[in-house]
Amino acid sequence: MSDTLLQIDNLGVDYETARGDLKALRDITFDVNRGEIVGIVGESGCGKSTLISSILRLTAPNTRFRQGEIRFKGQDLLPLSERRMRALRGEDISIVFQDPMQTHNPVLTIGQQMLDIQHRSKASKAEKRARAAKMLGAVGIPDPEARLDQFPHEFSGGMRQRIAIAMALMSEPDLLIADEPTTALDATLEVQIIERLQELQQQFDCAILFISHHLGVIAELCDRVVVMYAGAVIESGDVREIFHNPKHPYTRRLIDCDPGHIKTRARVLPTIPGEVPDLANLPEGCIFRDRCDQALPCCAHQVPPLTQLQEGHRAACWLNHEEVSA
Amino acid sequence: MLQYALRRFALAVLIVLVAVTAMFLMIRAVPGDPVQIMLGPRATPELQARLTAELALDQPIWRQLVIFYGNLLQGDLGTDVFSGRSVTNIVFQQLPHTLSLIFASILWSAALGIGLGAYAAAHPNTLIDRMTAAISVAFVAAPAFVVALLSLLIFAVNLKWFPAIGVGEGIWDKLDHLVLPAFAIGLSWVGYVARLVRASMLEVMGENHIRTARAFGISEGRIVLSYALRIAILPVVTVIGVGMGFLLSSAVFAEIVFARPGLGKLVIDSITTRNYPIVMGSVLVSTTLFVVSTALADLINAWLDPRARSEN
Repeated sequence: MSDTLLQIDNLGVDYETARGDLKALRDITFDVNRGEIVGIVGESGCGKSTLISSILRLTAPNTRFRQGEIRFKGQDLLPLSERRMRALRGEDISIVFQDPMQTHNPVLTIGQQMLDIQHRSKASKAEKRARAAKMLGAVGIPDPEARLDQFPHEFSGGMRQRIAIAMALMSEPDLLIADEPTTALDATLEVQIIERLQELQQQFDCAILFISHHLGVIAELCDRVVVMYAGAVIESGDVREIFHNPKHPYTRRLIDCDPGHIKTRARVLPTIPGEVPDLANLPEGCIFRDRCDQALPCCAHQVPPLTQLQEGHRAACWLNHEEVSA
Repeated sequence: MLQYALRRFALAVLIVLVAVTAMFLMIRAVPGDPVQIMLGPRATPELQARLTAELALDQPIWRQLVIFYGNLLQGDLGTDVFSGRSVTNIVFQQLPHTLSLIFASILWSAALGIGLGAYAAAHPNTLIDRMTAAISVAFVAAPAFVVALLSLLIFAVNLKWFPAIGVGEGIWDKLDHLVLPAFAIGLSWVGYVARLVRASMLEVMGENHIRTARAFGISEGRIVLSYALRIAILPVVTVIGVGMGFLLSSAVFAEIVFARPGLGKLVIDSITTRNYPIVMGSVLVSTTLFVVSTALADLINAWLDPRARSEN
């Protein structure tokens, strides 16, 4: 039985800027089931970060939620008061941020910070400390009891990211958001962190929303994947299906550009020519049209809808509509 | 931490040594015979010779320096040319008045400045933030002696709330006498500290670790007080440490305007009478005070910031 945990429905988010409203997210629709790992992939500036800060509502002051719903366990989060949102953060939904070097407070010990985030627990200080040490042990920090008294700068980047994961899992959340947790780390550490995350996901049985632009990691870790481009979902589905049978030209080009997929020796690495459209002045029709080598006449004036092609596979491209492309 | 403290104090001693030596040499580079200036044109040659010998001015300069440091190590700063009393005595008699004035000024201005700055940073671009900004700039721009004169006129002469001159007897009377001078020289610091804390606070509140704290549902009040302010305060501590030097010079104005005894008044009086041993003694003490306060600021920073501790 698939039990929906997070359901994002038709979400539209704007940034109010001096140049006018920047349509950072448009018609975002996807869901995350309990215990499932969903990857979000897309290039920088495609709205991944806006999306996760919207889920936790840790958005900049100039953010405006234009439309749609973010339902968590069936309840729409957008109308919730700040106080009720705060009760969810770090309790039901936790997050691991991108840069482990700046994610902890530099003047407080790791132990103090791990104690502070248990502010909802009624346990004694000694019990909270024991729990913190246990979590550090679970993510593979040796001698956790002694290391609780150390400051963040006394740990390496990989260790700090593991501490961040330990902190995020401390409350046994239903949903863990991982915002490019391995981007700032080198390749060996990346593998370690991914393996650790996989183990812990089994152990804690939480759903993970994994944001990355590294396709190899997504393929390794995720059950399903959502491909974003310029603030919109352009394709989503089962990870194997998406990688073997992409139905959107952008997804196809993205896979072609992944260094892991390049088999022949090349002087110049493949890229997708062109630029992401200006989100303050969106062009008519398909947002990928200018960079697409298979564009059809209808792409210029009609936005392709995100349509279901088969069970669990959706794409937003006119090429999948025989009546148009034929 | 202990090792850091020892190293920091060794550096402080070195700085005092260099500063005092420089001062010693500079005072002797001033043209004109100091003995003649001190004793006046009608002094007898015998008297002049006696003072010259007493101040060791007939010796070569390196010798004078050795004698000065020799005496200094024994806690002897020489004697007042006019009264014959020991300079150490005179200076240390005046020191508490100046110290209490400086500490009172720092205490109230830093407390109010940090509060205003933190509040303004927590509510940026609101009416209160803008008002704080305007008032801060006005405070910073007002020179201490103008504030001193105006507050004397308003609060002591017209309203008669506080005494106008002197230091007073007994603890409450002394505090009563401290209010106006401390207000006068602390006022510009309120604005300065408030601007500094606001800028520093806004920077820290934008850092990633604050976003992490928020993502764990920690309350905004706790984030400001124990997560951000502790980092935002670091540059303020340094500035206050250095600011002790500036406060020492503002104290000169306050001591003159309010006719308070103190180090500043002592320096001014001894310069006008060319009383070189007292000038040397009081400037040595103020230099030490300044160096000790900057060293203390560094130590407080190291205590507050674990990164600074391990860097050195």
